[in-house]
Amino acid sequence: MSNQTMDVRAGSLLDKTDAASRRVRRRHAANRRMQAYGLGAIGFAVLLLGILIGSLIWSGGQAFFQTRIDFTVHVDPAKINRDDLYRSNWRAIVQDSFMELFPDVDNPRERRAAAGILSSGAPYVLRDRVISDPELIGQTIRVSLPASDPIDQFNKGVITRDVPEDQRIVTDQVIAWYDRLEAEGRFSTPVNWSLITEADSRFPEMAGLSGAITGSFYALLVCFLISFPVGIASAVYLEEFAPKNRFTDLIEVNINNLAAVPSVVFGLLGLAVFLQFFGLPRSAPLVGGMVLSLMTLPTIIIATRSALKAVPPSIREAAFGVGASRHQVVIHHVIPLAMPGAMTGTIIGLAQALGETAPLLLIGMNAFITSDPGGLMDPATALPTQIFIWADSPERGFVARTSAAILVLIGFLISMNLIAVLLRQRFQRKW
Amino acid sequence: MYEYAFLAIVVIAAAGYFLGRSRAVAVSPQGRGVGLHSLPAYYGAYVALWVGLPVLVLVLIWLSLQGPAVDQLLLASLPEELLAGKGEGEIDLIVSEIKSIAGGRIFGEPDRAVLDAAESYNRWHDIADMAMLVVVLAGALGALVLTRSRIAAGFRARHGVERILTWLMIFCSVVAILTTLGIIFSLLFESFRFFARVPFYEFLFGLNWEPQIPIRKDQVAGLGAFGAIPVFLGTILIAFIAMLVAGPVGLLSAIYLAEYASPRFRGAVKPILEILAGIPTVVYGFFAVLTVAPALRDFGDMIGLDIAPNSALVAGAVMGIMIIPFISSLSDDAFAAVPQAMRDASYGLGATQSETILSVLIPAALPGIVGGFLLAVSRAIGETMIVVMAAGLIANLTANPFEAVTTVTVQIVTLLIGDTEFDSPKTLAAFALGLVLFTATLILNIVALRIVRKYREKYE
Repeated sequence: MSNQTMDVRAGSLLDKTDAASRRVRRRHAANRRMQAYGLGAIGFAVLLLGILIGSLIWSGGQAFFQTRIDFTVHVDPAKINRDDLYRSNWRAIVQDSFMELFPDVDNPRERRAAAGILSSGAPYVLRDRVISDPELIGQTIRVSLPASDPIDQFNKGVITRDVPEDQRIVTDQVIAWYDRLEAEGRFSTPVNWSLITEADSRFPEMAGLSGAITGSFYALLVCFLISFPVGIASAVYLEEFAPKNRFTDLIEVNINNLAAVPSVVFGLLGLAVFLQFFGLPRSAPLVGGMVLSLMTLPTIIIATRSALKAVPPSIREAAFGVGASRHQVVIHHVIPLAMPGAMTGTIIGLAQALGETAPLLLIGMNAFITSDPGGLMDPATALPTQIFIWADSPERGFVARTSAAILVLIGFLISMNLIAVLLRQRFQRKW
Repeated sequence: MYEYAFLAIVVIAAAGYFLGRSRAVAVSPQGRGVGLHSLPAYYGAYVALWVGLPVLVLVLIWLSLQGPAVDQLLLASLPEELLAGKGEGEIDLIVSEIKSIAGGRIFGEPDRAVLDAAESYNRWHDIADMAMLVVVLAGALGALVLTRSRIAAGFRARHGVERILTWLMIFCSVVAILTTLGIIFSLLFESFRFFARVPFYEFLFGLNWEPQIPIRKDQVAGLGAFGAIPVFLGTILIAFIAMLVAGPVGLLSAIYLAEYASPRFRGAVKPILEILAGIPTVVYGFFAVLTVAPALRDFGDMIGLDIAPNSALVAGAVMGIMIIPFISSLSDDAFAAVPQAMRDASYGLGATQSETILSVLIPAALPGIVGGFLLAVSRAIGETMIVVMAAGLIANLTANPFEAVTTVTVQIVTLLIGDTEFDSPKTLAAFALGLVLFTATLILNIVALRIVRKYREKYE
C-alpha cells in the first residue's frame, strides 16, 4: 500500500490510528481548555464581587453597633446657664461625673487619659437630652454615653492586647481601667441608631448619615422633577411626532452623546454655568439635582422611547379610527400604556444619579455640616460624597463608618432596583 | 419669596382651568358644553396654559438674572475709598464678606461701609423679590382675563392646546442640545481664558505639571507649571492596566456565557456580572484603598517589589473590575448578532466549539468587540472617583505601574475642590483638562459607534 492512501485514510473519521485519535484528543482538550478559561474568567469576576461585598460587610458591620458607657451624671445647676442652655458648660458636668468613676486618679495626665475613654462628643448628647427635658436640671440621672473611638475599637476587638503597648493607641493603663469598668458591667454595645439619625461629626463615634441622606433626597427630588417631565416629553416628541429631518437627527445624536460624556464634565458644566454664570449657591442640592438631571435625561429618554415603541400600532389605529386627534391618541392611549416602562427607566436613572459622586464634588456638595440641610439652597452633602469625605478621614473609626455608609447606599440602590424590577413584572404586558 | 411666586402661578393656573371650563360651558350654543368646537376641558386647559406658562418662564428668567443684577448694583454702589487701589481678588473678597454679613454671619468687626452695603444688599433683594411677586400676579391675572374673554363657541381650543403641547415637547427635546452646547461653550470659554495666560503648546507638550505652586500674584514664577504630558500619560497608563484586566476577563466570560453556558447558568451569572456595573464608583475607590492597595503592597514586599501605596496598578486593576461587565455585555451582544448558520456551517465541517469560536465567531464579531473595547476605554479615561481615591496626586512621568501616577480626572477634581476663583490659571487649567477629556472621549465614542454600526449592516 502506498503512503498516499495511508494519508487519505488518516483523514477519515472512521479511522482510529494513533495520530488521528491523538489529534482529536488534542482538539477536544483545547475545547475544554477554552471552556475552563471562560469559567475561570467568570469565577474571577464573581470572586472579586464577593471580596468587595465581603470586605465591606466585614469592616462595616461593626459600625452598626456602638460601645456605650453607663454611669450617673449629676446635672449640676451651678454649672448651667439657664438663659442659654445651649452654651452651658456641659463638658465640665459630664467630665466631673465621669471622673467619679476613677477615685484614685489625681494627676492631670492620668485624668486626661481617663477622660479620653469617653467620647469628646458625649457632652452634646447630654446637652440635647437636657434641652429637650429641662426638668432634669439638678437631678442625678443614669446615662449611657458613647465611648471614644479607641475604646470602641478595643471593645470590638479591632485593637488587641497582644500588640506591644507603644504600637497601639490604647495604653496598658487605659486597658486596666477598661477591665475594671467592664467588670462593673458599665459597657454595652447596642445598635447604633445614631448612624442613621445623626448628621456628620468630627468624632467618628458620633457621626451619622442623616445629613447626607437628606441632601441626597433633595438632590434626587430636584433631579426627578426636572428629568422625568423633560425626558418623557422629549421621548414622546421624538417617537410620536417628530418629522425625520436634520434637526431631529441632531437631537438624537446629542442624546446619545450625552449618555457617553464623562460625569466629571457635567460637574464642570454645573460649575461654569449654574454657579458662575447664574450665581446659584455653592453646595446646594438644587444645583446638584440640576446637574444630575442632565445626566439622567438620556437614560430616561432611551427607556421611554423603547417603551413607546413597544405599544402596538393597532392601539393607535383603533383610537384614530374613533376620531381621536394625534395628541389625544398619544396622551390617552399610548403614554398610559408606556408608563410602566418609562417609570422603570426613570428609577434606574435615579439610582445611577444616587451613586454619582464626581460632579457633586465639583459643585461643592461635600460640605461639612453637623445638622440636616433645611432646604434646596442650604449647603449639603450627599451619600456618595459623604462616603468620599469619610474615606479620607484619618481616624480609624471612620473606616468602619465608611463601609457602613456604603452598605446603606447599596441598600438604597438595591431597593430602587427592586422597585424597578417589580414595576416591570407587575405592569409589563406582552401584546 | 420664589416659593410664593410658584405657588401663585399654580393657584392662578388652576383657577384659570375652572374659569375657562365654566365659561365654555356657559357660552355653548345648546348649553352644558354641547355644540362647542372642543371639549370643555380643552378650554380650561387653554386658559391654564396661557396663564401659567409665560409667567413661569418669566419667573425663571427673573430668578436667574436677579442675583447677577443685584451684584452689579452692589459693586457700583460701593464707596470709592473702600475699593481704592485694590485688585480684582480683594474686591471679590469684600463682596463675599458683604454677602455673608447679609446672610447673618458676622465675623469680627466689619467696616461701617461694609455693614451698610450688606444692609442695602438685603434691601435690594427684598425689593426685587416683591417686584417679582407683583409682576407675577399682575401678569397671570391679566393673562387670565384676556384668554378667558377669547372663549367663544367656535373657538378652536383643542388646536391651541395641542400646539402649545407640541412646542413644549420640542423645547424639552432641545434640552439635550442645550446641554451639549453648554458643555462645549463653558469648556471652550474657560479654556480660552486659560490659554491666554499659559501658551497652548506648553500645556499640550510640556513635561512638567505642578499647578499647585502659584499662590500669590507677586511671587516669583507665580505661574505653576502646566505641562500636561505626564497627566495624559498617567491617564493612558491606568486605562491600559484597566483594559489589561477587563479585556481578557470580559471577553472570556462573554465567550463562555454566549457559547457554552446553559440557559440557567447564564440567567444566574449575567445579573451578577451586571451588579459590578451598578456599584457606585466611590465604592470601588474605597475598596481599592482599603483592600486592594494593602494586599498588593504585602504581595510586593513578599516578592521583593517596592509598590507605592497609590500605585497605578491598584487604580487600574480596580477600574478594570468595574468595566468587566461593560466589555462582557457588549461582546456578548456581538456574538449574539452572528447568525446561527455560520456556527452550524462550522460544526458541519467537524470543528469543535473552541475552533468555531476562534476561527468563525471572533472574526465575525470582531468589529463589535473592538467597538465595545473602545467604549470601555473611553469609560476608563473618563472615570473619576476610583482614581481620585486610589491614584496619586502628583504628576509623575513614568511607565512603571508600581509607581504613583495621576490622571486628567484626578487633576480636575483636585484643582477645583474648595477653590473656585475663576481668575486663577489653576482653576482654569481644570477646564482645559476637561476640554481634552471631553474631546478624547467624544472621538473614542464616535469611532466606536461607527465601527459597531458598520458591522451591524453586514447581516441585516
